[in-house]
Amino acid sequence: MNAALNAALDDARAAWRSTGDASALVAHIPYAAWLGLHITRAADGAPVFHLPFRDTLIGNYKLPALHGGVTAGFAENAATLHLLLVQDEPRIPKTVDFSIDYLRSAHAADLQAECTVERLGHRVAQVQVRVIQDDGKEAARRTIALARMHFILYSPEP
Amino acid sequence: MTAPASPTARSADAATAFRTLLLQRYVDLVRHCAALGMTVDAVDTERVRMRLPCRPEFIGDTEHALLHNGVITSLIDSACGCAVGARIGKPQRIATLDLRVDYLRAATFGADLLCEAECYRLARSIAFVRAQVWQGSAETTPIAHAVAAFILSTSTTNSGFL
Repeated sequence: MNAALNAALDDARAAWRSTGDASALVAHIPYAAWLGLHITRAADGAPVFHLPFRDTLIGNYKLPALHGGVTAGFAENAATLHLLLVQDEPRIPKTVDFSIDYLRSAHAADLQAECTVERLGHRVAQVQVRVIQDDGKEAARRTIALARMHFILYSPEP
Repeated sequence: MTAPASPTARSADAATAFRTLLLQRYVDLVRHCAALGMTVDAVDTERVRMRLPCRPEFIGDTEHALLHNGVITSLIDSACGCAVGARIGKPQRIATLDLRVDYLRAATFGADLLCEAECYRLARSIAFVRAQVWQGSAETTPIAHAVAAFILSTSTTNSGFL
């Protein structure tokens, strides 16, 4: 284990828990930072994940719609970050598998995600992700996709 | 004087031309693929091979220098969509219905990712695809295996995909 990196992860988690600032945690994962993801805190304290729209996230330019891989990659990042924020994992958890159902076309607009840890065992965790778009016009927020992911949790070497 | 080509021959020519278009232009037309630096290396009648360059910004685990699964999923989704296009052989709007990825082993920083996707069943409104990802020349040791279903648009106008 790289002690400096793991200390940085602990510090990033502590910053989120004390001030609600998760920017250090996002910076800890280069691909999350490259996507442009950021995290806010809901009224109940739960993390809410945001991906601001930009042109390079488009898949279908005529509709236009976000690339399916963007929605999936965002959901995978959200699940991983969620687990790091709400649990005390000392390192980035390994992924076993990932599954996503696309319920609606994602417009060329910001994405949001909310996660829940549905199962937390000794070795495996399962995280559900709801990906949402809110066009601001209607009260109803549209669920774009539902995803789930299995992680292997850290266990010390025997 | 040559006889005019039969409709079947004409549509076969059009499909071949469309597959060439996929090979040459798919990445430019799907903006996020271009942003990630993907390339289409080969297009067959129902199979495509796409490549994602290894870049530092795609790292998910700095401690172990591992690439992020999310970027692998982007490659898979892109290749699966391209394979459906290759199988259809003409412009048609499609959308991913669902996608499931098994991460067989970690992708380490240092080698390009390659994805081969095959549209193994094309029904009237749904296309079924499977895909495999590996690194460099290690084709026999896959990093990820995926299955996906795509829905085909019934719209007769070309409203998007190519």
